[in-house]
Amino acid sequence: MEYRSPVRSFLEETADPNNVLVNLGPSHPATHGTIQIIAELDGEKVVRADVHCGYLHRGFEKEAEHHTYHKVIPYTDRLNYCSALNNNFAYAETVEKLLGIEITPRCKWLRTLLCEYNRLADHICCIAATVMEMGAMTAFLYLMTIRDYIFEHLNWLTGARLTYSYGRIGGLKNDLPDGWLERLEEILRIHEKYIDRIHGLLDRNRIFIDRTRGVGCMTPEHALNWGFTGPMLRSTGIAKDLRKDSPYLAYPELDFEVPVGIQGDNYDRYYVRMCEIDESVSMIRQCVKNLPGGPVSIVDDRVILPEKQRVYTNAEAIFHHFKLIIDGTKVPAGEIYNSHECPNGELGFYLVSDGSGRPYKLHVRGPSFLHIGGVHTLLEGYQIADVVSTFGSVNMIGGECDR
Amino acid sequence: MAMMEFITTRKDELVGWVRKFSIFPYPFVTACCGMEFMAVASTLYDTDRFGAALPRFTPRQADLLMVVGTISHKEAPIIKKVYDQMCEPKWVMAFGACATSGGFYRNYTVLQGVDKIIPVDIYVPGCPPRPEMVIDAIMKLQDQISRDRHPIFPFEEQTPAKL
Amino acid sequence: MTYETIAEQLKELYDRSWDSFGMLVLEFPAENIQAIATRLKEKMGFDMFLDLTAVDYPERDPRFEVVYHFYGSKHDLRLRLKTLVPETDPTVATLTGLYGSARFMEREAHEMYGINFSGNDDLRPILLYEGFEGYPLRKDYPIDMEQPIVEYRK
Repeated sequence: MEYRSPVRSFLEETADPNNVLVNLGPSHPATHGTIQIIAELDGEKVVRADVHCGYLHRGFEKEAEHHTYHKVIPYTDRLNYCSALNNNFAYAETVEKLLGIEITPRCKWLRTLLCEYNRLADHICCIAATVMEMGAMTAFLYLMTIRDYIFEHLNWLTGARLTYSYGRIGGLKNDLPDGWLERLEEILRIHEKYIDRIHGLLDRNRIFIDRTRGVGCMTPEHALNWGFTGPMLRSTGIAKDLRKDSPYLAYPELDFEVPVGIQGDNYDRYYVRMCEIDESVSMIRQCVKNLPGGPVSIVDDRVILPEKQRVYTNAEAIFHHFKLIIDGTKVPAGEIYNSHECPNGELGFYLVSDGSGRPYKLHVRGPSFLHIGGVHTLLEGYQIADVVSTFGSVNMIGGECDR
Repeated sequence: MAMMEFITTRKDELVGWVRKFSIFPYPFVTACCGMEFMAVASTLYDTDRFGAALPRFTPRQADLLMVVGTISHKEAPIIKKVYDQMCEPKWVMAFGACATSGGFYRNYTVLQGVDKIIPVDIYVPGCPPRPEMVIDAIMKLQDQISRDRHPIFPFEEQTPAKL
Repeated sequence: MTYETIAEQLKELYDRSWDSFGMLVLEFPAENIQAIATRLKEKMGFDMFLDLTAVDYPERDPRFEVVYHFYGSKHDLRLRLKTLVPETDPTVATLTGLYGSARFMEREAHEMYGINFSGNDDLRPILLYEGFEGYPLRKDYPIDMEQPIVEYRK
């Protein structure tokens, strides 16, 4: 069969005939996930680059229109799969705002704690993958070990290692088991030891600095124009963070700083992430100290399923359960755009409801999509080996980019 | 004659033993299962113990194509090209529910299982599968590899059942 | 800069406005998009183009509603703009000259709904592939109609 790229590149016609066209294809170790970069090279320098995404398009929006609000929750897990709880809670909050329900204080603090915990896991994963591609296998193995402890710990709480589906509309799936918070403190202590070693390995490492300082620079206006948010924007020096500007959940009561970079290059992005890891650890400890008691899910018949014991014995409970599962939660008609600060940037959900149990339209504003839209400006003018380190620092997560 | 058969079966066992303990995987990573693949390859659950550690990122040097994650229709020609470029002997592992059968995505863009376009030797269910399941799958694949027959002489072709 | 001053400064360019959960929403006729966006970017400090999407209402005419979200980093306000385009001529002017983030988002809206962006000559498919017929996110496209590129084996 004839092999050609599923989408043509404009470089095929417009490239200078003296330059070489190179395809870093969708299946490549350095592009995590599936991104195709077609680069026009003049020697080692990238003159122009055409970035193709979409190889992981899984039809999230179309699936959401055919499923009830509750059944969409596992699909939201797979958006930014490194930090699935952030997506769950952002989606749940969007639906809760449209329904007009308030979550309990314990749920609010627990959601904040888990958001920061998952932010830790995501930044660890990003740094591990980036430095592995630059050759630092040791840092990768250390960080994967901590990440595995975090996964096992969350497995104890939610039942799954990676795609938790733990958030529910109106609350959470279940409360904390006994001993969970003690194990959390142990993991944070092990984590701090390991992160010190990573700082020692990378921060002042001559090779790492040579590969990342001055590579992939951008100005703040450039970043805003191309729609970058999250650590990409903060590395240019603009201190914009949804947790500080329009706080949600329990962030107004937490004490933390927003780290910013200097010149928007790869080293800044790495360092902003490392600083955010430290801020997250301190936020987790504050959440553990301030965690209130009480129920974890609200009591509201429109949303919350009845208890299993009553469902097995009582007739009204079984009809209620049946109606909620088959027809879905009836959300009043309206539309809302709600966004959270996810580890990659601003994850926004635009929900249009027509009054039935299924969303009429659920659009996801994925930060990685816009980052990939603008990353070719960070590749042009640098060498082809810099593509690897720039791409790693962008932290492209395929689920969010292609949805 | 029986002596010849004894030698040829030992030869099959030797070739099987050599092949099964030196698998070079090609991890074709697309989606969330990739995170579990990275966890399996790291220190806590190690594939190096089974000889399957070094990922070869070129199909010419790899024997095991691990299809990790969802394959969409846009990705299908790429995976077919990679599979065709691999040399014999080659095996395919469908890692995760999406590679096995499309997962819980049933829509216009997801290929319902990678076995629609390439033959698969072992399927690993789970969304994503636990690392222990992946290790178990590698061990079962190693059993399959060790039981393969490699006929050279004409009399070897007559074995009635290929296990 | 507040929502009242924004509505005041854009007064002649939009038709109606309302509030949606704390965000100002303006509905305007499709020809004014470039005028509004230029004014938002240059005079009112909305320097980030957050999101572009479309909603399909098949039983009414005009069929599509194109929705824009803007964000200003200085004053931290978000704004939603909506416009209606009919099915027979679903064309809106492009914003790629003003914001770089419009490139990918317009390609996605074009391939999913069929909305044309006049002035944007690079409307290649981005999440789908060339040879895909139809517009999947429209309500009349069945969800499991697959269009495979590679032939299935027996």
